[in-house]
Amino acid sequence: MMSNIIKKNRFIILRRTIQIGLLILFGGANWWGWKFLMGNYSSAYVLETFYLADPHAVLQTFATGFVMSADAIIGAVIVLVFYALIAGRSFCSWVCPINMITDLATWMRKKWKLTKKESFFTFSRKTRYWVLGLGILLSPVVGVAAFEVINPITMLHRGIIFGFGMGWAVIVALFLFDLLVVEYGWCGHLCPLGAFYSATSRFSLIKVKHDVEKCTMCMKCFDVCHEEQVLHIVGEQSGYIKDECSNCGRCVEVCDDNALKFSINNYKI
Amino acid sequence: MADSQNMNSRRDALKTMFRGAGLLGLGGAAWGSTAIKLKASELTLRPPGAIKEDDFVKACVRCGTCVEACPYDTLQLATLDDHTAMGTPFFKPRLIPCYMCPDVPCVPVCPSGALDVDVIAKQIDGIKLEEPDINKAKMGVAVLDQEACLAFWGIQCDACYRACPLLGEAITLEFKRNERTGKHAFLKPVVHYDICTGCGLCEHACVTEKAAIFVLPRKIATGKVGEHYIKGWDKADEERLKNLKEEKAVKSSPEDELNDWEYLLDDE
Repeated sequence: MMSNIIKKNRFIILRRTIQIGLLILFGGANWWGWKFLMGNYSSAYVLETFYLADPHAVLQTFATGFVMSADAIIGAVIVLVFYALIAGRSFCSWVCPINMITDLATWMRKKWKLTKKESFFTFSRKTRYWVLGLGILLSPVVGVAAFEVINPITMLHRGIIFGFGMGWAVIVALFLFDLLVVEYGWCGHLCPLGAFYSATSRFSLIKVKHDVEKCTMCMKCFDVCHEEQVLHIVGEQSGYIKDECSNCGRCVEVCDDNALKFSINNYKI
Repeated sequence: MADSQNMNSRRDALKTMFRGAGLLGLGGAAWGSTAIKLKASELTLRPPGAIKEDDFVKACVRCGTCVEACPYDTLQLATLDDHTAMGTPFFKPRLIPCYMCPDVPCVPVCPSGALDVDVIAKQIDGIKLEEPDINKAKMGVAVLDQEACLAFWGIQCDACYRACPLLGEAITLEFKRNERTGKHAFLKPVVHYDICTGCGLCEHACVTEKAAIFVLPRKIATGKVGEHYIKGWDKADEERLKNLKEEKAVKSSPEDELNDWEYLLDDE
């Protein structure tokens, strides 16, 4: 029984461990002087040897006309290559701390049975791509990386590690937006970083694979998926789940028929 | 029939386009104005080695590595209510000043180039080295409010002078007779802008309720005379005139009349 619960939640347990673990490592650098991981999700100094950087933030900085130092550019390339070629959009569900906030909102939404009908209004999930483009275009106009000045991801991180100031209000607003206004509102509709990784990770190696032969059309995967539109092939044809899938693995966990599995992309279907 | 349907769908498409453009414009304007507001940071003191403020807010990735490297907890990252570009590092010397570590640990860890060793590079015979020299830092400059300074009242206080890490260079004491008592002296602190690093140790040490000496960003606290004034009594400044003459000589043709600068140079 217990082992079954763990098996049915194995990825979510692993994801939360990684998300919280990263926060602890980041926090340890500031609180206790650990040297494992200094910095944040925009740029991190790893084991005092090399840097990682957020390619989306570096891209915005480029747009302002400032050429960053080689450390940041190399760091951004490492991260971009890792997600684009290997891990897919997994930053969103395995690393990003906002994911825990919006997942909590989603969980409460389900507990309180706030279905889609209770949304005040709906808008296209494609909106995020417009936000992504707008942020890049705005950066040279305002002379600063436009998304980075309002980025709730790093705001949450800074809040936890360095102190919130009034920043907590933004996080609460985002939580309430997801809870009461639009289902999956931030991560599934607006966040330009999610859009960036969705757009760049189309050909990543790790993908969820659907086997239509085994599918019994129980629809459990649709219930848990935060990006339902990516499941359009489920029950219709075998293939890899693409587009905005964040490789969170919830569908793999809930599938009782072994019809959805993490797999290596063979680039044929 | 088919035509009118086409007309309708075309009209709908146009409507959708305009609506989208409107939303995009609205979003862009709201977002842009927020971003401009959020990056406004004229009164912010940056870590040593920070590049020009305009470039700094572009370059800084807001990762906080410099804050973590600072052994004195001097640096903090701006939150929403700090009136400076959110997430960028700054310090408040009245709380914790910059203690001017000789190895400047906050600068080399910066991944983006927002803090650049080159800005504070140690120089030997005019040649820049790779290592930092904290005394080259120009984080701001100490400004003195004479009305609130005890030394200017004639009360003996040299807290700022003693606290200054460049003692006797960045702040010196000027001795003046105190006519009021007839037998005491004023020991007035004077800040030398060319040497002051803006570390804020003086502001931190100042004994008045609200510091009478405080650090402001150089852009705010300094004026500018303008290129056309030259110190005739200063050899180095006179050199500038020579360079100017050569430059002009190259540009202007011989048949040009005397320019005003040539007129000034003319001995007659």
